[in-house]
Amino acid sequence: MTAGQVTAGLPESLDEIAQDFAALSARDRLTLLLDFSDELPELPERYQGHAELLERVDECQSPLFLAVEVEGAQDAARSQQATVRLFFQAPPEAPTTRGFAGILHEGLDGLTVGEVLAIPDDAPYRFGLGEAVSPLRLRGMVAMLTRIKRQVRIKSAV
Amino acid sequence: MAVASDDNSTFKDYAHPERLVTTDWLARQLSYGVVGSSDLVVLESDEDVLLYETGHIPGAVKVDWHLDLNDPVKRDYVDGERFAQVLGERGIGRDTTVVIYGDKSNWWAAYALWVFTLFGHEDVRLLDGGRAKWVAEGREITRDVPDRTSVKYPVVERNDAPIRAFKDEVLAHIGQPMVDVRSPGEFSGELLHMPDYPQEGAMRGGHIPRARSVPWARAAAEDGTFKSRSDLEAIYLTEQGLAPSDDVVAYCRIGERSSHTWFVLTHLLGFDTVRNYDGSWTEWGNAVQVPIEVGAG
Repeated sequence: MTAGQVTAGLPESLDEIAQDFAALSARDRLTLLLDFSDELPELPERYQGHAELLERVDECQSPLFLAVEVEGAQDAARSQQATVRLFFQAPPEAPTTRGFAGILHEGLDGLTVGEVLAIPDDAPYRFGLGEAVSPLRLRGMVAMLTRIKRQVRIKSAV
Repeated sequence: MAVASDDNSTFKDYAHPERLVTTDWLARQLSYGVVGSSDLVVLESDEDVLLYETGHIPGAVKVDWHLDLNDPVKRDYVDGERFAQVLGERGIGRDTTVVIYGDKSNWWAAYALWVFTLFGHEDVRLLDGGRAKWVAEGREITRDVPDRTSVKYPVVERNDAPIRAFKDEVLAHIGQPMVDVRSPGEFSGELLHMPDYPQEGAMRGGHIPRARSVPWARAAAEDGTFKSRSDLEAIYLTEQGLAPSDDVVAYCRIGERSSHTWFVLTHLLGFDTVRNYDGSWTEWGNAVQVPIEVGAG
């Protein structure tokens, strides 16, 4: 299978990340995942201390909270073009979970509603991470993506 | 060559004090330059597969419970050949002293220690208090991964029988001493998984009939170190009525928290026969026709 087939159907931003991972050995994939964990942006102030505004992702091995905003969804005709914004919170003791969140932030934040909803549900399995962290642990990222898409669907409905 | 035990006085009451080392002891070994020699290898074993990479005790090498110690295909531990490879490439020989530490109050460190015991590795110890205590004390952490020179570790056949229980044996053991170390909600059957943890696929909730509920964390102090021998005896002997000569089975969800209790009963209280049922609730709660009890017991 070529890298192109592995990443078919991914938006360009996510595809680029998948290609980066695909080019690395299993050990170096962990290092790249750690970079994503290190670079996960802090929650903006308006969400800090407001757990009720965040959705908890129970499927992750460690607690992860996320918030989804859709900018400019008021216009029904253009709601598919509205912009998706993502916010995550996970503790430093949970670097794997933070790394998954970091990939989704980098790959999805700023995409349109239509682009996010078109992402295949099995996208988390296309980063070659199964080998590096075990497929079992990838279920957390699958759950994050599912919940993000669900929120995007709700928040873009006019 | 094994290194000398930690003669710290807080350990002297335990049945096998040589199975524990303090953070002070480990810091001293670091300053002597012994860590990473053929005498002493320090291993980090965490639940989070990336935690070691965020920073670890200098000279420590990572071992992952899932990728290194579990068989990649069937639900079992690795075989002797793979175990020899995992240890050999970390510079561990058959007579090397191994000190293991990890996150979550050493669950995964105790799990790794238990797997090492299946292969009869003689000198394997836990860092009391684990990763959290080392970090809380402000001790040095590094992201430098040490280069290990591979050594030859012999291919040893795994000997499961003395410390590992299988489902049929557990079925025959019902009514004899059995400790369920999960949370009270998992024991009663209200929860199918640990609070705050993902559902890991059990069809039924509850516990093995007549098992006693002793959550693993009762053996740990606030700082993640083990409680004193007298405190542990008050729980397991006085309150639960267990005796060191009993034949005990411990279980949890996949065998990691019960490794912690296995360590306590075996090495701190000196029980002769303790077996960890690693199939645990993810096997029992899915098995057809096995008896289940619900409620707080």
